[in-house]
Amino acid sequence: MAVDQSVNELFRPRAQKADGQIAQMRPSLTHFQQVTRKLVRNKLAMVGLTLIVLLIAMAIIGPHLVPYSYSDQSLLNANQKISSEHWFGTDELGRDMFSRTWYGARISLIIGISAALIDLVIGVTVGGIAGYMAGRGKKGDRIDTIIMRLIEVLYGLPYLLVVIMLMVVMEPGIVTIIIALSATGWVGMARLVRGQILQLKNQEFIMAAQVLGAKFPRILLRHLIPNTIGVIIVNLTFTIPSAIFAESFLSFLGLGVQAPIASWGTMTNDALGVILTGDWWRLFFPALMISLTMFAFNVFGDGLQDALDPRIRE
Amino acid sequence: MSRYLLKRILMMVLTLWIIVTLTFSLMHMIPGDPFASESDQLPEQILLNLRAKYNLDEPLPMQYLLYLKSLVMLDLGPSIKSETRGVNDMIKDGFGASALIGLQAIAVALFFGLLFGTIAALNRNTWIDYTAMVMAVLGIAVPSFIMAPLLINYLAIKWPLFPVATLTSWKHSVLPSLALAFGPLAIITRYMRTSMIDVMNQNYIRTAEAKGIPTFLIVIKHGIRNAILPIVTFMGPLIAGLLTGTFVVEKIFAVPGIGKYFVDGIFNRDYPVILGTTVFYSAILVLIIFLIDLAYMFIDPRIKLSSRGR
Repeated sequence: MAVDQSVNELFRPRAQKADGQIAQMRPSLTHFQQVTRKLVRNKLAMVGLTLIVLLIAMAIIGPHLVPYSYSDQSLLNANQKISSEHWFGTDELGRDMFSRTWYGARISLIIGISAALIDLVIGVTVGGIAGYMAGRGKKGDRIDTIIMRLIEVLYGLPYLLVVIMLMVVMEPGIVTIIIALSATGWVGMARLVRGQILQLKNQEFIMAAQVLGAKFPRILLRHLIPNTIGVIIVNLTFTIPSAIFAESFLSFLGLGVQAPIASWGTMTNDALGVILTGDWWRLFFPALMISLTMFAFNVFGDGLQDALDPRIRE
Repeated sequence: MSRYLLKRILMMVLTLWIIVTLTFSLMHMIPGDPFASESDQLPEQILLNLRAKYNLDEPLPMQYLLYLKSLVMLDLGPSIKSETRGVNDMIKDGFGASALIGLQAIAVALFFGLLFGTIAALNRNTWIDYTAMVMAVLGIAVPSFIMAPLLINYLAIKWPLFPVATLTSWKHSVLPSLALAFGPLAIITRYMRTSMIDVMNQNYIRTAEAKGIPTFLIVIKHGIRNAILPIVTFMGPLIAGLLTGTFVVEKIFAVPGIGKYFVDGIFNRDYPVILGTTVFYSAILVLIIFLIDLAYMFIDPRIKLSSRGR
């Protein structure tokens, strides 16, 4: 049989490779290792991370770099321009802006980051459960309905009333601010995650996971959430600045940080009048820091999103 | 489907009732009283009469039932601080102005947000993308109470293009609408970019490209429809919030809208105003969230919200 012979000639057994060569080809990476490797290679994301680290470092050491404390008033030196004495100028009470800006960084960064983390945990869990349960039998529908109506109620309640209520019950301070912000803050994240999961859960890869017998927590954590990571990260990067501004509103009402203590939000608020007087540095530095924080978290978040996205493989 | 609709409408009424009840309790739990500022000046008897006039002398459960009764008849009651106008009048007079500015802001934010977001996603990691991103960062980092004075300074005083204060012509509505639009515009741009990048990496887009469909058509027909979902979600509370006015922007531009009642009502402890504005806002919110759930199914037929029906 001529044909068989020629076929056999075409297929020759491959020479055996030395042991260990396969293992050398590519070390197997855990998910975490893959993510960090992709993240470190992303230059812009690393710029963002460096900025975040710098901002946090300055929040810790910044106020100690100048001989003025954030609350030292000196009316003779009110509204001073930037100088070698006062690197960021002074405010209307002659307080050193450099010291205040970095002292404010502590308050604002703590509030922004904790509000974002609480939103992340509560919002993603609740939204994930609601989205997955919707349309999954009578019981599932009921869970989705209850969660979504609860969210509507939280949206509908007048925020100011809730805040005043908290004022009555609790002492003003950072913890109260964080509670006031996260009491209703997570609902946006929850709705967003639910919407994405409604769209994702009927796609083939989820069906495949179900057919293979994956249980709900695994499908949610390993399949649905990683595919929602983009909007989650965008939402988080917005939560940080909006929490920073919300804090200034709460402080204005008397719920937030007390008078001499600075935060970026209250500094921006106090400096509103400079549009008329021209003492621009009083508005510029806190606003610049808020923008830098946002920028840093944005580019870092973008890199993180690429690194975590299961579809983008090296 | 009709069963689902009916169920949702009943749910909406139930949600509103819960909101009213919670607001009613919260409002009476916080310290303060509508007549707190007058209580040292007015004689005891007048205060008692005033309280009686607004049913404040009744026990709380009775006040609650009386309010629900008038609410069912769509009467939001009198305002305690304004002797001549009821809450219905306040909303009727101010809603037009608030809604006009809100709608214009939504239209601007949505159109340019989708446009910039899509362009940024298609030109990922180029200068176009970076410009859009920096704009988005600024739009968020510069809040409306700073944006509004800046707009007035440059577009009304230094370069008198538009009038400011009050709302007597359409031109007056341009600057407040712009001031309101910046924040949402930035947020929509950001969501659209992320979600569009995600969609453009999907297999069905590759299929469409392989079929030789021009990029423009792919984006319009497949890209936007699949990527718009997070924005639709985000639009719900945004539309409800912007339609019912915003305290800061209306104050800065002296717009005769309803945004101020939401804040003033609470500070004055003007109970009917607090409840009335809350009911009005919540009704719009609940309705829009319902429409958005329907829109989900329209935009993406894969989405199924109820097990029965469809």
